[in-house]
This record gives sequence, C-alpha cells and structure tokens, in this order.
Amino acid sequence: MAEMSMREGYGRALAEYGEINPDVVVLDADTSASTLSRFFAERFPERFLNIGIAEPCLVNVAVGLALGGKIPFANAFAALVSLRALEQIRTCVCYARKNVKLAAGYAGLSDFKDGPTHHAIMDIATMRAMPEMTVIVPADALEAGKWVPIVAEYRGPVYLRLSRAATIPVHDDSLQVEIGKGIMLRDGSEVTIVGTGSMVGRSLLAAEELAKEGIEARVLEIHTIKPLDVDLVRQAAGETGAMVTAEEHSVIGGLGGAVAEALCGGRPVPLERVGIADTFTRTALDPQSLMDACGLAVEDIMSAAKGALARK
Amino acid sequence: MSYHPESLIIELEKRARELRIDSLDMIYRRGAGHPGGSLSIAEIMAALFFHKMRLDPERPDWPERDRFILSKGHASAILYAALARRGFFPMEDLKQWGELSCHLQGHPDCLKTPGVEMTSGILGHGVAIGSGLALAARMNNLNYRVYVLLGDGECQAGVVWEGAMTAAKYQLAKLTAIVDYNNVQLDGPVHEIMPLEPFVDKWRTFNWAVLEINGHNMRQVLEALDMADEIHDRPTVIVAHTTKGKGVSFMQNDSRWHGIPPDDAQYAQAIAELRGEA
Repeated sequence: MAEMSMREGYGRALAEYGEINPDVVVLDADTSASTLSRFFAERFPERFLNIGIAEPCLVNVAVGLALGGKIPFANAFAALVSLRALEQIRTCVCYARKNVKLAAGYAGLSDFKDGPTHHAIMDIATMRAMPEMTVIVPADALEAGKWVPIVAEYRGPVYLRLSRAATIPVHDDSLQVEIGKGIMLRDGSEVTIVGTGSMVGRSLLAAEELAKEGIEARVLEIHTIKPLDVDLVRQAAGETGAMVTAEEHSVIGGLGGAVAEALCGGRPVPLERVGIADTFTRTALDPQSLMDACGLAVEDIMSAAKGALARK
Repeated sequence: MSYHPESLIIELEKRARELRIDSLDMIYRRGAGHPGGSLSIAEIMAALFFHKMRLDPERPDWPERDRFILSKGHASAILYAALARRGFFPMEDLKQWGELSCHLQGHPDCLKTPGVEMTSGILGHGVAIGSGLALAARMNNLNYRVYVLLGDGECQAGVVWEGAMTAAKYQLAKLTAIVDYNNVQLDGPVHEIMPLEPFVDKWRTFNWAVLEINGHNMRQVLEALDMADEIHDRPTVIVAHTTKGKGVSFMQNDSRWHGIPPDDAQYAQAIAELRGEA
C-alpha cells in the first residue's frame, strides 16, 4: 500500500466525522485543495466556508461560529495562520477560550518546494506559549485521522499541526490516542529519544540503528506538546538518564524547549535537542532530503543520543 | 418599521444621559478608561440595550437573544454601565471596575462578565466575528440578530474589510454593523491620521446596505436599526456621525480625551454639564 500523506489521512477523517457530528463546520483560506478540507467541502457544501486568502478573518469567523455553538475546524497553511492570525488566536481564541480547532497544514518543512516563506518552524513555540491552547502534532497519516473526533469533542482551542507529506508510518489501526498522554513506542534503558510529528518515525529508525551498535534507546512519542505528559518524560529521564528530543521545528521553544522545562522542574539529565538550527531554511526537491539537510536526519538523532550518553 | 412615540424617544434620551454620567463616574473613580469614545455612543447603546435588542438578563445565554459585540472594546465603561442598568449584574459592581477582585476588566471579557458576548479590546475583530455568529444563526435556524459596534479609526484595520467581504459573500442580512464615526482617534483627527473617505462608498462597494445618520439623534438611531431589519439580501452598516466626548464641552472633538480620566474639577464640571446644571 502506498503511504498516505498526513493531509489525506486528516482530510478523509474530517469528511467522515462530518457524518457523525452535524455541529462540525469547516473553514479554509483558499487552500482546501491543498489541506484537503475539500473532501469535507464536497460532502457537506452547506457546512463549508471558504474565506479566501485572509487568515485573520478565517480565525475570527471561526470564533463567531464557536460563539454560535458550532465546532469550527479552521484550515490554513501553518506558516500563515500561526503568524498572520497570531493576534486573533491570542485574543479571540485563547483569551476568550473559544472552541476553535486550528488545523494547520503544511507544517514544518513539508512544503519543501515553496521554501522558507511556507515553512512553519516556530509555530509550536508560539502556540504552546498561549494560555488555554492545546497543541497536537500527529506522527503519521493514520494518527492524524484518529485525532479528528477527539479534537472535535474536546471543548477548547486546539492547534492540530499537520504535515503535507507522507511521514514514516508508525501506527496501526489499533492506535488509541488521548490528549496529554505520550506513548512509549520502544523500550530501552540507556537513553530516551522523545519524538514528535514526522520525527517519530525517524526516532524509531535511529533507535534500531543504535541497537545495532549496542545502545538501547527508549522511544517516546509526544503528540501533545501542550499539555505535556510531564510524568512520562520525567520517568523516562529518571530511568534512562539521558534524553534527546526530535522535532521538525526550530530548536527554540518547541518540543525540546517543553521537555527541557519539564526536566528542569524535576531531576535534569543530559538533554540534546534535534531540530532546525536558529536559521531560515531553504527550498528543496523533496521533503526528506530537506529534513536531512536541516539537521533532522536519522544520523543526527543517533549522534545526539551518543552526545547525551557521553554527558551522563 | 414601527412608529416611535415621543415618550419612547424621551425615555431613551434619558437613558443615554444616564449612561454618559455612569461612564464618566466609572472612569473618574478608576482613574483610567476612555471617555471620548464612550460618550459618543450613548444614544446607540441606549437604543440597543433599552429598546431594540431582545435580551433576558436572567438568562444571559438564552439561545434566541440578540447578540451585541463591542468591537471598539475601549468603550468598555459604557458597555458595563448599560449591562448593569439592564440588570445583568449589580450597579455596585461598576464601582469596583478594574480592581483585582472585580469581574469588570479594562476591556470587555466574555468569560468574566455576564452579558458580554465577546471579548474585545484589540481593534478590528468585530465584523468578522459577527459574521461567524450570523452564519451560526443561519445554520442553527435561530432568528437572532447580530449587532457589531465599531469605531471609525478601527476601520483602518484590514481585517475589518476581510470581515466585510465575508458578510457580503454570505449575504448575512442578520448582521448590522454600526460605525461610531466621530472622526477622532488617539493621535488626532481620523482624516489626518489615515483618511477613511469616501467611507459610505467603501461599504457600498463591499456590497453592504448603508444607512447614514446623526448618531446623537435618537429617532434616527431607532429608525436606522428598524430599517436594517427590512433588508434581506445583505448586511447593513449604519454610519453614525457622532461627536467624540459628546455632552462634555471641553472633551468634544478633542483627541486628548481619547484615553485619559478627568481630574476632580473637570469631573465636577463634566457631570454638571451632563446633568444640564452647568
């Protein structure tokens, strides 16, 4: 079976969930053919609103729909909605605690071909700094679909960070996800790799390679960056004594920042952060090579794990 | 459109005067607030809260109630005064405005204050949010109207026009925007800071129905609100020409009174003028 892209997993799940929950309303900012909210639009045209290239307005209209009792899923490119509509998200969604679901597509580097204007590498940092916000980053297409009903039925603001691309499949259909509950995907005693989003699959590959070298790495998936599963992270840090974070995001303020904050509030262990250096990115011909070039290669996770181990 | 007897006009004008006095009291007592833009909307607020809108203070979340969004959230003083006088919370609360333990925030907060439909204070959001609220009414087969009161300076923000396009696209006839066109903003006259003219044409070309009134003439305010009910294929904007600081001689048309409180002597004079004693 060809790997399904995360946007397709999300888009199909959203359209299916529309059958079950008549209160779900979907909005897009002229990107429905890209985010694949168009699957919902085709099935429920009367519950789909295209707001055009106006992300601040997209978010505000979603706020109004939430005020009126609807469950709006506002779809847009992550780079745009998280920056252009940041004030709307702060004031009208989070401060006013409105039941708005932001489905932020093309996150991270997944819009490889359009380059840095369309890369979203600081959105986790800004979104998780918002009081009231829940930040969720699925690891693969299947997981993205699993979140749709959970996000819809949770009352409160959610930022669902979605990749354009097909990521390495991590889960099978037995997966059950819960907001704020991390998942231990592989046990190991010497070092813990905490991955999120597209980096979860790469973290598992890194753990396999490390095992060949005799290093037993534990792999945690943290899909909910906020609220962070602090207990799981601290327990793994305590049991393995060294930690690596891996994310398709800047090294500033994302998963690495969240984990560092959790560790420094408990018993800190050596922590290495794999992410995009504090620099703007570049254009590439495919997402995988771009991730590799931006310091997100499996080898980068492996050397970070060894670095953390060496600092034990 | 209904006929408005003179007794109603007189009653609502009295309400407007009360709201002006309440607002100045609150701003003076707190030593903070925005007098100019509160005084300019007193007739509009009185008409909405004491006549036009279907509200039930006993049930702030009544699904059929009309919705009001104060997009120009800086005028929170007069909103709080109107809500208190309408019975959403005790008048006593107005005296605690701004205190740490008080539900009344500097700008309106829908989670803390009964009757505040939507949090505001950052300008520009009301029209787009009101559009979403009107869309929800249509989807839910509810008959409420959405009123959005915005400032003129606020219309310099692009998101106002993004919202205006959205409301027109979806023909949101249940949405009425009212612009407090007092031509004064924080830094000076609107036409100097960033001109809006031709303002009525702008709304019209955005496919809104436009009504232009004197925002201090109660009969015109009431008639415009009623006329908006008769327009069924598009949203309506009421461009209300007003005077910033209306009713207090030394505050009128002066941008310095955008966001500062009066001192003791100024307060005494202002209240005397509003009571018709000066």
